[in-house]
Amino acid sequence: MKGETIAGWGLLALLAVAPFAIAAAGQPFLMDLATRLIIIAIGAVSLNLILGYGGMVSFGHAAFLGLGAYAVGIPAYYDIYDGWVHLLAALAVGAAFAFVTGVMSLRTKGVHFIMITMAFAQMVYFLFVSLEEYGADDGLVIYERSAVPLIDLHDDTTFYYLCLLSLIAALFIVHRVVNARFGMVLQGTKSNDQRMQALGFPTFRYRLVAYMIAGAICAYAGALLGNFTEFISPDMMDWTRSGELIFMVVLGGTGRLYGPIFGVAVFILLEEYLEVIMNAVHPGAGVYWHFAFGLLLVLVVLFARGGISGMLRRPEHA
Amino acid sequence: MDLALFTTQMLNGLQLGVLLFLVAAGLTLIFGIMDFINLAHGAFYMIGAYFCGTVVAVTGSFLLGLLVALPLTAAVGYAAEVSIARSLYTRDHLDHVLATFGLILIADTSVHFFWGAEGMGIPTPWWAQGRVPFAGAEIPVFRLVIVCTGLAVAVGLWLLVSRTRLGMLIRAGASNRAMVQALGVDIQRLFAIVFAIGAAMAGLAGLMIAPITEASIGMGNEIIIVAFVVIIIGGIGSIKGAFIGALIVGVIDTMGRSYLDVLLATFMTSDYAETAAPALSAMLIYILMAAILVIRPQGLFPPRTR
Repeated sequence: MKGETIAGWGLLALLAVAPFAIAAAGQPFLMDLATRLIIIAIGAVSLNLILGYGGMVSFGHAAFLGLGAYAVGIPAYYDIYDGWVHLLAALAVGAAFAFVTGVMSLRTKGVHFIMITMAFAQMVYFLFVSLEEYGADDGLVIYERSAVPLIDLHDDTTFYYLCLLSLIAALFIVHRVVNARFGMVLQGTKSNDQRMQALGFPTFRYRLVAYMIAGAICAYAGALLGNFTEFISPDMMDWTRSGELIFMVVLGGTGRLYGPIFGVAVFILLEEYLEVIMNAVHPGAGVYWHFAFGLLLVLVVLFARGGISGMLRRPEHA
Repeated sequence: MDLALFTTQMLNGLQLGVLLFLVAAGLTLIFGIMDFINLAHGAFYMIGAYFCGTVVAVTGSFLLGLLVALPLTAAVGYAAEVSIARSLYTRDHLDHVLATFGLILIADTSVHFFWGAEGMGIPTPWWAQGRVPFAGAEIPVFRLVIVCTGLAVAVGLWLLVSRTRLGMLIRAGASNRAMVQALGVDIQRLFAIVFAIGAAMAGLAGLMIAPITEASIGMGNEIIIVAFVVIIIGGIGSIKGAFIGALIVGVIDTMGRSYLDVLLATFMTSDYAETAAPALSAMLIYILMAAILVIRPQGLFPPRTR
């Protein structure tokens, strides 16, 4: 087994036993951190499908997170708490938004694709900023989590394991998709779209379907996020959020199955603890943790190509 | 229709347009010539305002603030090019987006460190206070100053690019980088100069808007996305495109916010119109950009040679 696969399974196993360790250590807030990590990881895994394997640099992926969250929040606003309604709404909205915007975006290439996906995300952002009925930029409080059969999502441990299982399912879906003929074609369009077309593949359709799968998965992550935070606002869809998602995927290693979860883990932990670490080094320095974070981002781009997965893989080639 | 309101809004649109042009011109030059996406270009807009605000706070003179802030901002742009941007030109756009996203965090935190988290207000210069009557409205003098300065810089930039040796090199560098280099031009230095010019223009825009809003952390992050919309609409690499695109975006955005509800009310009930108008007007420029990307991806005025 490859180094990164072992590390990936190791991280998942660690997440699986984390609730016990956290309960034993008596640090319940760590539970929040781990849950958020897993939910964001699902979003990053979906972005990796199109960005890493399909070469589509979507600079508006946070819109799907937001749409999924509002697919829970808006029904809840009307006292509809049925989890199936929420799930269907999130998947349908995610896939539909991906279809409509994908039909237009995927005709463009390179920087134009980056900008058009950003434009569509901004449209959704401003739509929700202006919707007074649903709280506008003050956001929307979700008073109850989705009601699903058999389990109670209000129990934090139950909810945690639902998220973890969802992450594993997302990884499994991406794994199956990219190793199927469909995924081979998708990866072919990344390296040379024209050649794939010359071979007779309708590449536009392949890329569109991949875009829709990613959109649906990310909207699902958004639905979990809405349930988790019990408060949603357009801020989740700010263009900087999309930038962060890209960073997580690149940090972990694009086009590597477990890359996104490494990237998200490092990102979330840094976001949480960089301030603490900097305060320990020099009291008061923690306020400026974004500086170290930005510096790290620049350094990763300049020197650490291939991300964390790339580092885990290197010994094999040596 | 109220003529005074129309005139005021039109002027506001023009003002937004020229400010957008000042930011977008540098962005489109850097993008067109070096093929480099600089998300951090908004940082120059921000630090221009802070440099100027600091000098104004000490000396009380806005003009002195401007004279100090512009070269300083240009110097920061030059340093950013030499230290970081230069090593990224050969990378793909994804790397540009990420690295300059990191630079935004660095710039915002640095401003926080030196000037604090609070915004910094700059008083309107004494010579531009008051209002003048114009086409039925009372126009603040300072807004006229902004519009005129922006137009003057646009003319100056056009003269620089089309009439000087430096401009000739910039145009040549945009159309064929390798050939210019082969002719013995120090292309690295040329790129750094273009970066510095772009930074100074963005800084000028920032320090001119600061007396109206105030200098604040993150002010650049709002305008940079709209500036990207401008250069996509105008055509990447084209200064003429940036100018016309900026005016289109400025006027459409401002007019949309004030008149879209009236327009929508003509074909739907006013209740619906009042709900839909704010959402639609905020989305308007993005809809325009997406439409242009679909119909004419190269933009309205693409540069002739690429």
